[in-house]
Amino acid sequence: MLNTYPLWKNLLVVFAIVLGLVYALPNIYQPDYAVQISVETSGETVTDRAMKVATDALDAADLKYYGAELKGQNILIRLPDDDTQLKAKTVIQRSLHDLKQRYVVALNAAPTTPEWLNDLRAAPMKYGLDLRGGVHFLMEVDTNSVVTDRISSLGTDVKRKLREAKIRYKDVDGSSRGVLKISFEDDEARSEARSLLESQYREFIFSAGEEGLPFISLKITEDTIRSIEDFAVSQNLQTIRNRVNELGVSEPLVQRLGRNRIVVDLPGVQDTAEAKRILGKVATLEFRFDAQPDAPRSTTIDYDYEGRTASLERNVIIKGDRVVDAKASFDPETGLPQVNITLDSEGGNMMHRATRHNIGRRLGVVFIETKTRDSYSMVDGVEVRKTTPYVERRVISLATVQAALGVQFRITGLQAGEARELSLLLRAGALAADMFIAEERTVGASLGKENIELGAISVAVGLSLVLLFMLVYYRVFGIAANVALLANLVLLVAIMSSLGATLTLPGIAGIVLTVGMAVDANVLIFSRIREELANGMSPQAAINAGFERAFVTIFDANITTLIVALILYAIGTGPVKGFAITLSIGIVTSMFTAIMCTRAIINVIYGGRNVKSLAI
Amino acid sequence: MSATKYKIDFMKYRNIAGGISLALVLASLVSLVWNQVEWGLDFTGGTLVEVAYESPVDPSDVRAELDSAGFSGHVVQYFGSERDILVRIPPQKNLTDRENATLGDEVLKALKQATGDGVLLRRSEFVGPAVGEELTNQGGLGMLMALAAVMLYIAMRFQLKFAVGAVIALFHDVIIILGIFSLTRWDFDLTVLAALLAVIGYSLNDTIVVADRIRENFRKIRRGSSLDVINISLNQTLGRTVVTSLTTLLVLLALYFLGGELIRGFAEGLIIGVVVGTYSSIYIAANVLVMLNISKEDLAIPVKEGAEDPDMMG
Repeated sequence: MLNTYPLWKNLLVVFAIVLGLVYALPNIYQPDYAVQISVETSGETVTDRAMKVATDALDAADLKYYGAELKGQNILIRLPDDDTQLKAKTVIQRSLHDLKQRYVVALNAAPTTPEWLNDLRAAPMKYGLDLRGGVHFLMEVDTNSVVTDRISSLGTDVKRKLREAKIRYKDVDGSSRGVLKISFEDDEARSEARSLLESQYREFIFSAGEEGLPFISLKITEDTIRSIEDFAVSQNLQTIRNRVNELGVSEPLVQRLGRNRIVVDLPGVQDTAEAKRILGKVATLEFRFDAQPDAPRSTTIDYDYEGRTASLERNVIIKGDRVVDAKASFDPETGLPQVNITLDSEGGNMMHRATRHNIGRRLGVVFIETKTRDSYSMVDGVEVRKTTPYVERRVISLATVQAALGVQFRITGLQAGEARELSLLLRAGALAADMFIAEERTVGASLGKENIELGAISVAVGLSLVLLFMLVYYRVFGIAANVALLANLVLLVAIMSSLGATLTLPGIAGIVLTVGMAVDANVLIFSRIREELANGMSPQAAINAGFERAFVTIFDANITTLIVALILYAIGTGPVKGFAITLSIGIVTSMFTAIMCTRAIINVIYGGRNVKSLAI
Repeated sequence: MSATKYKIDFMKYRNIAGGISLALVLASLVSLVWNQVEWGLDFTGGTLVEVAYESPVDPSDVRAELDSAGFSGHVVQYFGSERDILVRIPPQKNLTDRENATLGDEVLKALKQATGDGVLLRRSEFVGPAVGEELTNQGGLGMLMALAAVMLYIAMRFQLKFAVGAVIALFHDVIIILGIFSLTRWDFDLTVLAALLAVIGYSLNDTIVVADRIRENFRKIRRGSSLDVINISLNQTLGRTVVTSLTTLLVLLALYFLGGELIRGFAEGLIIGVVVGTYSSIYIAANVLVMLNISKEDLAIPVKEGAEDPDMMG
């Protein structure tokens, strides 16, 4: 038995480790402190002029910076330390305040990954909120009340329809969830009502009964509830995305979670009260006609519309609370982009009455939201910043009415991007469902920093102890195991970095645990080799037997642990998911390094020659 | 090869060990019923605020400040050092969910007003009642799913008796860890749950290594009783069991002493778990095999083909 690996196996091991080193490498470059400038309204880009204004202000304030660069939608200005970073943010905010365009100025960490690594798409691991500080919110959308609202507006509709059809009803009751109950004096009225309503409300399940008086009930279907919920959540999602920009966060995460929840991660934000206030605000919409040329000024209002002025009537046709849905789609005939709008039936009637005699006029949609503005004044020789709320109104669409509009209509003549943007704004401005905070976790910047330091020390000390132990206990074989263990760590970091996984404190704990458990495979192999030597096998045969026989054991043991780690991933939230990810990746990489890498090293040391004894 | 020689007669003490384990499990269950577990914020819901003062403070002063600011039901304690204070407030029944969600901000405001700006927010957490409840259900479900999946895998790869042994060992470990957390009133939060699942993984690893050797020896050793075969297997794997437990404990101790307060519960859970898990893989899993009368016939290889060490199904 010669114990040599074919060339390809050796190359595979070397290749894997080199690849691992390259993709783990970005993590050793410390990021720069930086300030990021972006434009508040999406679609527009930052200008060189803003960069000039910002850098001039920094020069004037005598703050050192290096490298101001325009990258995609953002300007990134790098600064020497965190103290300067904070000062620079204030200075830049102040300087950009005088420009017409509104900017978001946020603290950020600028990666210093060298160009050649960037070209290979190698990037450092992202830090979770528990390591970099920030606020995590789990918002719950009150979808129950949306369903209740839908039932009560159905009640109003039904009453009106019954009155119009001159059918007498006794009572309309929408108090039980998802069900509208209409009672009648007699069976005749009931059956008339049923045949009338059944043709108009196909999305409800009809049933009839008798409780003192005959009644019919309209039950909302589970599918309809789902689509109402989906709409409410996506509305709120959009609203939050708009708001988050205002908070000046460099890399916010806004994501739907499950049926009615939204995760909002705001790295770097420390003032949770302010964050809650801004996230809680809502936007509204108003539909109004374009002012006639001869209309008196007192009956019109001027708004901003894509940089131009649009004059609209003061009269509001309908408000955002009548909008049930707005979707970007494509005209099935022409293939051109459009936005489909659905109103509730009351809104549809109002729209119909307003538009049927006004075909050919233009209809504008006004988007209204509360924002804040900073102003600066000198108090006792010190410049003081004051934040005042104000209401911003702008026209987001101005389209010519081609026909009398009803419950459903569409806006055409848009670019694909415009259609999407418009539908999002329409949804954000439609009456948003109530939202409340189901979970909040804030980590202060100092604690975040401390967590990183403590985590790094734990990994370093734990790793050193294990390396030392293996060296003392297994000598030459210990060296091989140690190289494999380091390779395992490198591969683990490399895979996490290239998967874009987020490193959290429990994630670090997972790395530490992996270090401790990864040597298990080597321990198994080495004990087996010792055993076979004791049984009188020759050194070469013992090495081979040790690796061969231990393999099945290692495989079974690791698969079961992997099953547990995957279940942990499935049930865990946030930080615990981080732990599960590191643990799972660690198990897989450790199998490769402990078996293949160690074997390759042992083969190089002992293989292919006559060995009398092993240092194990 | 002299088949029935071994250094330590583990199985001689199997009844004593079984008795001790049974006593520990029963004691844990009693403590769990009596004392319950000090569920952390993640499960109970509520508000938690950790602040750092510039100089050491007395928790009773902080308590008094919060009392005068109109809070009730709060628990104030040191966290890590005499400058760090942890305030916990259970969900307030007289407040709406929305009002409960802003309690943390108000606590911070009250403390800042009482002490001036020398109070620094370290972290603040709020967990709504619904979220906590879901987590409890999910955690329990996850645990059961893990046990079921593992049992299935072992039953397929080894044999049903091994699966029963492994799962009983896992229940033993989990109950004893929970019992210790219950007895010591240590906080049981999400990281401890993660530790508990990691213990399942670890203990299982150990159990499988032992089981694998038992299976191998049943096929290899022709003479000797089942007890002998198990004893031989335990002796053969003992070195590995001890070394792996040691390296794992080394890193966990590093984590316990250096990892900071937030990760301590996790390290505690795992340290206990590694010790209990190592013991259970020797005495519980193997003991159950003896009780179930494991024999050569259970592991007979159906058809011998060329392979050195064929796998056994069913």
